Amino acid sequence: MHDQRFVIPRQELNREDFASSVPDFNRRSEVMNTDMGYKCTVTNIVRLTPQEKLFQIRIIDPVERALFRFRPGQFLMLELPGYGEVPISISSSSSNHEFLELCIRKAGSVTTALFNAGEGARVAIRGPFGSSFPMDEMAGHNVLLIAGGLGIAPLRAPLFWINEHRNRFLDVSLLYGAKDPSQLLFTWQFNEWDMISHIGLHTIVEHGSEEWTGKTGMITDLFNDIVIDPATTYAIVCGPPVMFKFVCGWLDRLGIPMNRMFVSLERRMHCGMGKCCRCMVGSTFTCIDGPVFDYWSVMNLKEAI
Amino acid sequence: MIYKIISKAEFQRFVDALVRSNSSFGPRLVDIDSRGEPVYQFQPVSSIDEIAFDYTRTASSAKHFFLPFREKLSQFQFHDGDWDQSVSYEANPVVVIGLRACDISALNILDDVLLNGHFPSPYYLAKRKNTFVIGMDHLPLPDCFCKSMNHHTVPTGVNLFCSDIGDEYYLAINSSKAFNFLREFETRDPQYDENCRLAERRKLISSSFRTEIDVTGLPAILDIEFDSPVWKKWGDKCLSCGTCAMVCPTCYCYSVEESFEPDLQSSFRRKRLYSCNLVDFAAVAGGHNFRPKNGDRLKYRFYHQHRGFAENANQQICVGCNRCGKACLAGINPKDVINDLRLEKDTCTTSVSSSPARS
Repeated sequence: MHDQRFVIPRQELNREDFASSVPDFNRRSEVMNTDMGYKCTVTNIVRLTPQEKLFQIRIIDPVERALFRFRPGQFLMLELPGYGEVPISISSSSSNHEFLELCIRKAGSVTTALFNAGEGARVAIRGPFGSSFPMDEMAGHNVLLIAGGLGIAPLRAPLFWINEHRNRFLDVSLLYGAKDPSQLLFTWQFNEWDMISHIGLHTIVEHGSEEWTGKTGMITDLFNDIVIDPATTYAIVCGPPVMFKFVCGWLDRLGIPMNRMFVSLERRMHCGMGKCCRCMVGSTFTCIDGPVFDYWSVMNLKEAI
Repeated sequence: MIYKIISKAEFQRFVDALVRSNSSFGPRLVDIDSRGEPVYQFQPVSSIDEIAFDYTRTASSAKHFFLPFREKLSQFQFHDGDWDQSVSYEANPVVVIGLRACDISALNILDDVLLNGHFPSPYYLAKRKNTFVIGMDHLPLPDCFCKSMNHHTVPTGVNLFCSDIGDEYYLAINSSKAFNFLREFETRDPQYDENCRLAERRKLISSSFRTEIDVTGLPAILDIEFDSPVWKKWGDKCLSCGTCAMVCPTCYCYSVEESFEPDLQSSFRRKRLYSCNLVDFAAVAGGHNFRPKNGDRLKYRFYHQHRGFAENANQQICVGCNRCGKACLAGINPKDVINDLRLEKDTCTTSVSSSPARS
């Protein structure tokens, strides 16, 4: 670990020695400082839609870059000094140690500032935080990925993983729905994966356009297109809150066990460390227990979806 | 733990010496409220005469010595399109006098929350370690319900705890620092008589509670009553002002915000204590709010206090001081809300049979 990330709270700390319920309270004179971020440069920006861009960022320090690891499904806190910090899920491959890709929608003050900053801008990241999709556990099974709208962003990392380890999985399908054809992201890549790696791609839009030759309707209309063997299928779902109920309910009726259905929840984290409670659902922190939950845990939580 | 007896006069000399030579805080009378009741707060004190040892309850809790309303987390200094980030969490030694058992329990709960897990908070730790806490017992106020929450006594988390046994204090010395300070003053070992008086004092405190909340099985009841109309009823009263969380000794939720300094050469990241009753607490990018109604947020606060934490750390986060009930402008207090939830169950007509009928 980098030296700079350890800070001693106070050189001549008045050590307290009263009994405490916290283990090793008295011996804790230094704790890891998790407020220091890794500095990054924005190396490339791809405009996906008027509201969404794909930012490629690269950790500047080579040691930090080499040590940075994440698992598919995790998120990081993206910092623009002076503007603020936002939680962003990582959309690039976890085997890519050169740069990270973040799919960001212009929604608030931080993301607007980032959109204005352009290539070469410096940002900082903290993390990675949170739980991840159990890719090893899924190996040897069919995988069904269901994404709605920007819910594709957290699913791109597991898709990369599956594409890189394609022979470990049986049938893989991606059901992807969006408002209109221009809102479908990364279709060039998914089409390529569909052709080369046989990751079955099924897209649908709510409102078609003149050029659109595909299906129109809700994401649930795609369910008739695919055949699912519930005994050997894992499902990954991510989308707007309203989508979870319909999709997960359908998967449940189909007979996919709840502990094989994974969802990635969205909340506005402020600390990422399970302290600020902003992302809390019931008693569960989306930042440390999530954002990836199995469906049983989510069913168990009130007002999660 | 070492137990000693000190006379009240000698104790006053001890506290006076401590207060005069250290940055100290104690309960002080600051105002009289509209109901004619005194308002106390923990404020800086420089001599023993300023400390109101017989205070009832401070309006704000002692958590603000450890979790200030606003706290700078880091500073960014800009230069040539780059920046230097600096983090500092220095804390000066502070003495806090007169905390009640519930206040100290609250600190222990905060220790559990903020110092356990993968990411212990260095900001909190520095302050907690540099604070010398003197606790004092008291007879419960009419609306105290800490006994129901099992926080009317506290075994840990305090340097020195004083129990009033007539003309003397029965001291529970819980740290070497307190023991060393007390060496300079006249104390003696407790005898049979004093032990009896301590037991009597404890019994008196324990039997003086007039407010009780039945919290047995509450986590499950809260789960079952998730859609209860009780939440709408109380939510309609709630003004969503967040006062309850500000005065609560254990509410620690916060928001993180960043600002530029006026010269635009630097900026800082700051945390600000927040309340789950504020309307944007669970709002996300794009405008969706996971808890849009007053009742949802009020319910969430009770869930966090009485259920969520019970599941994670096997204890409820409420210590029973009723500061929130006292401060609430809409007259909402935990006793009424929880009793209302239970009452709703008690009035179910379908569950009146004493046991399932035998066939």
